[in-house]
Amino acid sequence: MTDILVCVKRVPDSSGQVLLTDDAQGVDGRFVGFTVSNHENSAVELAIRIADATDGSVTLVSVGPAEAVEQLRGSLALGCQAAVLVEADPTRLGPADVAHEIAEVVRAHAAAGTTYDLVLLGNDAADSGDFQVPIRLSYLLGRPIVTGASLVEVADGNLVAHTDGPYGAETYSLPLPAVVSVLEGGAEPRYPSLKGRMAAKKIQIEMRSPTREPVGAHRVRLSLPPAQPSSVEVIGEGPEAAPAMADLLVRLGVSR
Amino acid sequence: MILVLVETEDGSATEISLETLALARALSQEGGGIAIRALLVGALDDPGARDGLAAELGAHGVAEVHQALGEAFDTYAGAAWAAAVQQARAATGSVVVTAAGSPRGNEVLAHLSARLDVAMAANVVSFVGLAPFVVTRQVVGGAALEEMRLDQRPAVFTVAGHSWIAAESGGAPATWHEFTPEVAPADLVARVVATGQKEVDHSDSLKSARVVVGAGRGAGGPDGFAAVAELAELLGGSLGVSRVVTSLGWRPHHEQVGQTGSRISPELYIPCGISGAIQHWAGCASSKTILAVNTDPDAPMMTKATYAVVGDMHEVVPALVEELRRRRS
Repeated sequence: MTDILVCVKRVPDSSGQVLLTDDAQGVDGRFVGFTVSNHENSAVELAIRIADATDGSVTLVSVGPAEAVEQLRGSLALGCQAAVLVEADPTRLGPADVAHEIAEVVRAHAAAGTTYDLVLLGNDAADSGDFQVPIRLSYLLGRPIVTGASLVEVADGNLVAHTDGPYGAETYSLPLPAVVSVLEGGAEPRYPSLKGRMAAKKIQIEMRSPTREPVGAHRVRLSLPPAQPSSVEVIGEGPEAAPAMADLLVRLGVSR
Repeated sequence: MILVLVETEDGSATEISLETLALARALSQEGGGIAIRALLVGALDDPGARDGLAAELGAHGVAEVHQALGEAFDTYAGAAWAAAVQQARAATGSVVVTAAGSPRGNEVLAHLSARLDVAMAANVVSFVGLAPFVVTRQVVGGAALEEMRLDQRPAVFTVAGHSWIAAESGGAPATWHEFTPEVAPADLVARVVATGQKEVDHSDSLKSARVVVGAGRGAGGPDGFAAVAELAELLGGSLGVSRVVTSLGWRPHHEQVGQTGSRISPELYIPCGISGAIQHWAGCASSKTILAVNTDPDAPMMTKATYAVVGDMHEVVPALVEELRRRRS
């Protein structure tokens, strides 16, 4: 039985246009919407698979604004059993703060009788991209960590993680408890079922407050890369543009 | 001192490690000639490569190479590598520790910053000033930049790929120093126990292609690449894809163009269904001419391109293939 904690972050959808907040301390997601990053969706998927295979459970945790309940409910609907929100202003938090608050949840739940043998996180957040929360958490918990795993399996209290190393596939094998950061690509996230959505609505999300003043992200300000003046020449629309394109290829000397 | 963790492959420093040294050298000059030390972890695959590597690193501005040796590094363990960096930093009195913004570089320096309880800046592209030390780094996958203060010492950061150009500065071969760091058993619990066959690097043809036809999320799925592959073949070129395509497993990694893939500089790049996120742009910006195909005329790739066709790649590309075939028959 493997009880797993998965950390998810509410992030602005950055697949479209990225806008900044007026104080330049965060990305403004009001117009593009919010989501959970792909790495974390893969982490949730892997956690559910392991919990199913070992008759265990999956608990979610998010450190973020009250609205992150949306992301928690979305992931709960996939087949997780519980969720915790540490409500905090994400622009005031750095990676050390987030790791600290997650460690506090792990400790508080352990004191209450639930030990998470495995903590899964995304490799890096889609917005702040610090690459640090999983590793800092592992030190706070005194546990080993594997980063960038695309597949994670558990058997007989042992963890096997597969990563894509610089020289080819790499395998780690270590005893639980452990921390693993997940890279998307190894496990295709499932879609929520109607039953899952209904069940998720009924789950009471545990609300917590940060346990200390944050040290912060050392951020001075965010900016957008300067827009280059466009000098593009639109040569056509749709398949009707094919002859003009073929002419261009000849003119550029890449086709006869 | 500036300590640079250098990754090697086949007896040479990796390109992104040399790019990191270019930033380190600029930082060194800004600071009035701060000495640069390189750290290598583990034995070289070919011990005979040492002299060549000392010459290469010297030419890129490194005065001393410190090589961490010992059984702890026979297979990779992030925490053990961090122990080596930590001890090299202490021995050299370095106030700056940097590494490539590669998976290994980001991992090892995150371990280091957790061990030393200092901040770390990932994917730095430049620095604003030394007092205070402020760096600019990529966030939101490169779509935004963040200025970040690194007030603690050592200042720890990684350097984003393709943000600097590796260039020799003509220095003498670096002197070579070996040491055996102490590694605690706890740092070896999570270590690589098995490695797969080294993949053959298929990206050479992509990097040297005269014409590259690109495809992104707009391909729609693993079956959406037939027409772009056919177009690439007709033009004697290569197929290149965006990160999302390889992340989703639609195409192999060696076809990826961008910060975490290949950097290309063809005569003509034809990105189809690629929005043109900074991540991708970093790899294709030096294309001589860009002909973009996209349904969204406001996509960054469409506004940055030389020529654009507004339309669905699944309609436009087959029509172009047919047109080229008709003209050639």
